[in-house]
Amino acid sequence: MSDLLSLSLADVTAKLKAREVSATELAETALNAAEASQPALNAFCAFDRDLTMTMAKASDAKLAKGEGGLLEGAPLAIKDLFAVKGVETTASSNILKGFKPRYESTVTEKMWAEGGVFLAKTSMDEFAMGSSNKTACTGHVVSPWKAEGSDKGLTPGGSSGGSAAAVSADLCFGATGTDTGGSIRQPAAFTGTVGAKGTYGRCSRWGAVAFASSLDHPGPIAKTVKDSAILMQAMAGHDPKESTSLPNDVPDFVAACGRSVKGLKIGVAKEYRVDGMPEEIDALWQQGIDWLKAAGCEIVDVTLPHTKYALPTYYIINPAEASSNLARYDGMRFGQRVEGADLTDTYEKTRGQGFGAEVQRRILMGTYVLSAGYYDAYYLKALKVRRRILEDFENAFGQVDAILTPSTPSAAFALDAEFTDPIQMYLNDVFTVTANIAGIPAISVPAGLDASGLPLGLQVITKALDEETMFAVGAALEDSAGFTAKPKKWW
Amino acid sequence: MTDHSYRLPGATGDWELVLGLEVHAQVMSESKLFSGAATAYGAAPNTQVSLVDAAMPGMLPVINAHCVEQAIRTGLGLNAKINTYSRFDRKNYFYPDLPQGYQISQFQHPIVGEGEIECERDDGSIFTVRIERLHLEQDAGKSIHDLDPNATYVDLNRSGVALMEIVSKPDIRTPADAAAYVKTLRSIVRYLGTCGGDMEKGQLRADVNVSVCRPGDYEKFRENDDFKHLGTRCEIKNVNSMRFIVQAIEYEARRQIDIIEDGGKIDQETRLFDAGKGVTRSMRSKEEAHDYRYFPDPDLLPLEVPQSRIDEIRAELPELPAEKRKRFVEVLGLTEYDASVLASDKDRANYFETAAKGRDAKLTSNWVNNELFGRLNKEGLDITESPVSAEQLGELVALIESDVISGKIAKDVFEILWDEGGSPAKIVEDRGLKQVTDTGAIEAVIDQLIAENPDQAEQVKEKPKAMGWFVGQVMKAMQGKANPQAVNEILKKKLGV
Repeated sequence: MSDLLSLSLADVTAKLKAREVSATELAETALNAAEASQPALNAFCAFDRDLTMTMAKASDAKLAKGEGGLLEGAPLAIKDLFAVKGVETTASSNILKGFKPRYESTVTEKMWAEGGVFLAKTSMDEFAMGSSNKTACTGHVVSPWKAEGSDKGLTPGGSSGGSAAAVSADLCFGATGTDTGGSIRQPAAFTGTVGAKGTYGRCSRWGAVAFASSLDHPGPIAKTVKDSAILMQAMAGHDPKESTSLPNDVPDFVAACGRSVKGLKIGVAKEYRVDGMPEEIDALWQQGIDWLKAAGCEIVDVTLPHTKYALPTYYIINPAEASSNLARYDGMRFGQRVEGADLTDTYEKTRGQGFGAEVQRRILMGTYVLSAGYYDAYYLKALKVRRRILEDFENAFGQVDAILTPSTPSAAFALDAEFTDPIQMYLNDVFTVTANIAGIPAISVPAGLDASGLPLGLQVITKALDEETMFAVGAALEDSAGFTAKPKKWW
Repeated sequence: MTDHSYRLPGATGDWELVLGLEVHAQVMSESKLFSGAATAYGAAPNTQVSLVDAAMPGMLPVINAHCVEQAIRTGLGLNAKINTYSRFDRKNYFYPDLPQGYQISQFQHPIVGEGEIECERDDGSIFTVRIERLHLEQDAGKSIHDLDPNATYVDLNRSGVALMEIVSKPDIRTPADAAAYVKTLRSIVRYLGTCGGDMEKGQLRADVNVSVCRPGDYEKFRENDDFKHLGTRCEIKNVNSMRFIVQAIEYEARRQIDIIEDGGKIDQETRLFDAGKGVTRSMRSKEEAHDYRYFPDPDLLPLEVPQSRIDEIRAELPELPAEKRKRFVEVLGLTEYDASVLASDKDRANYFETAAKGRDAKLTSNWVNNELFGRLNKEGLDITESPVSAEQLGELVALIESDVISGKIAKDVFEILWDEGGSPAKIVEDRGLKQVTDTGAIEAVIDQLIAENPDQAEQVKEKPKAMGWFVGQVMKAMQGKANPQAVNEILKKKLGV
């Protein structure tokens, strides 16, 4: 039974449809595997066996009648940022301990409507702030991967680290993530999985705990490019409950995976060749270029001159929005409250004890950059640079159909790696953050292993609304790379 | 023309007042500004609260298009520029009745820009106030501090309700004018149907900015709106009745003058009016002022309204009080006073116009302004609660106009209408109140009276004023139904006056 879990989403839904396996059996198997992995990987933070089995039974009933949606019967993991009705949703923060929403996020609702089965909530960096999954209130997630010859625990990346670990360890057939600066693509790259985000507004933010509203992109983490397309197909669509939701029709992402890339122009930007980038990342990038050339693409040098300002811009806009978005966690209506001597004391104690260090750091930075006297110099300037970065991409996409970059500047780092300087951690987002700033589609596809046998990813960025080209190029890379490596089971 | 200048004598000379108002008008709308929750007044606590209003994790705002149109309508009513582009910002501060931890407001780009309105004083004179801006924002919930000695209760029913903040320029110079300005605003929004205007229900709330200056300084300020000519202002929050507006300003002006004359300096600060004691007291100083960290709300797109839609709304605007007043005087021939009493309130004007349709406007206006309003005031009723409908009153006026009844009888009919209702014509018919215009019948009564009272008849010849006695007697004999004009004429003839 457990080999069933190593199937792709596309394959397992085909088996379910053919009634070779029942959704209830599959759910039971996945739940058992997921629970068994907990002591070692700690990828999950909440289970609801009754809910899982109820959904699986409903899927079986549909499948028996020859009905069922895109995801019918497949157990899927949900990042703890998404509200799942009746299931504790904490964004991996103590401040939301015990919070069970009475509503369902739009993204998960759409997935359930397509027959997806809730497996469990996955752990994440607290409030999605981080790239290592070390800030979760339920303890860090451990990557299923190990460097050759080492038993050291590695990070699955973050913030969607639990989701990436769960997919990578074959504990589910796909997972939701959110990507604010790279939080889907970086953990996907670290775990040998596919992580994609669409155009800003393609997948609704409604019911997902807000981090930085203008940068937050829900999206899937999956085993294959096609799986990620199936998942995004289910997740995407206009949501009248979100003002920034795209009103456009959702294209056929799954069909796009089979599109030929012959004749496509692929941009390579010199600005992504950052200082101190490891040789093997550079080599992988060149490999990607060669693969796409071989597939009939034309490689074009493009320039994205404002790239060097992307991280500083991001680290102004992101904490500014976060500082305001997180103001609602005041202990007054839900979540944890620590009583103080008076109102101010209650606020201070509640937020001081409820939020972890990184969250507090972002709130402080955000509050600072929005303060009277600093607003123009920081926030307003950042908005202007954001506009320039967007223009860089618009110019580039005047010449090319997609841009190819590495996903991360390195493979997964050890969990005990000390980042004395938070900026070092922030550098993980260096290749991914621009697509959030510009709100454009981007995917990370596993493309190779580093010297110690750890996965590395390549990233494909396309222009707004063109997820189809992103999936087509992603699938072409996947074909060429023939990435089949899996972590050796030790959990 | 009355002199409307307002001087406050001080130990060091005279002072003048400079006032600017920020009025929060609750948008008349079934649902809130960014959520579908209902807005009905007086509902049980926390029963009109959506997930968005309670700021549950992951909830997002969606603009209520009706509220936007109401703001545009109001802006047009204030003769103001409507901005086709506006934007929502977050105003960040912590308070338990502010669930999001920020209020969504319009800071940099309001939906309505500069305008001006003509305001009317009680004596009918007019003054102009320039409007700085109108913007849309969310109301906060309500903190209730007096239910428990150790706890504050929060009612979120009001949280997220749409408000229009209407900011005036510092163009108001007397406490009475400040109240008159608010009355005018109230009248305009009620006409437009954009705000209920009920101050008791908090539908209209005023913050008053008060400063004092020396005579002549204000005129210098007006040359180019340079605030250096004006004194430091204090903002008095939430002054919630016309009377309190006047009291708060009078107190605050005196307080500021005393400080300055004692050699002190006015601190720019926010103050509260204590209605019980009639004083203002400091709420927070400029140093303690919140840093609201305004920034564009990333959850909302900029608000873009096509000019064509603004033009459509403009075309659908009802006649506003100032125009109506003018028309009542110029077209209907009412006195300035009557016209302004009727036009200042939408319900009164509607009542009057319904009653006066096809009838003598002046006569109708007399009846509405005197009989009806007199009686309503006496009973403490609002025009909308009048037991006599506009149609009934119009019919009554028609009966007077066509000489079916006299004005005196009409008053009796009015009383019957008030107490029992019914159709005026039918009341007159059923109770035999029709005026007697048959000269034969009147003559017969008069002949009999003269015959019975020869002495009085003689007296009248010398003292024509004494004829009044006969008039009274004729009316009495005919139960008031005789046409007074006919009675007079016949009496004059018969008595040889």
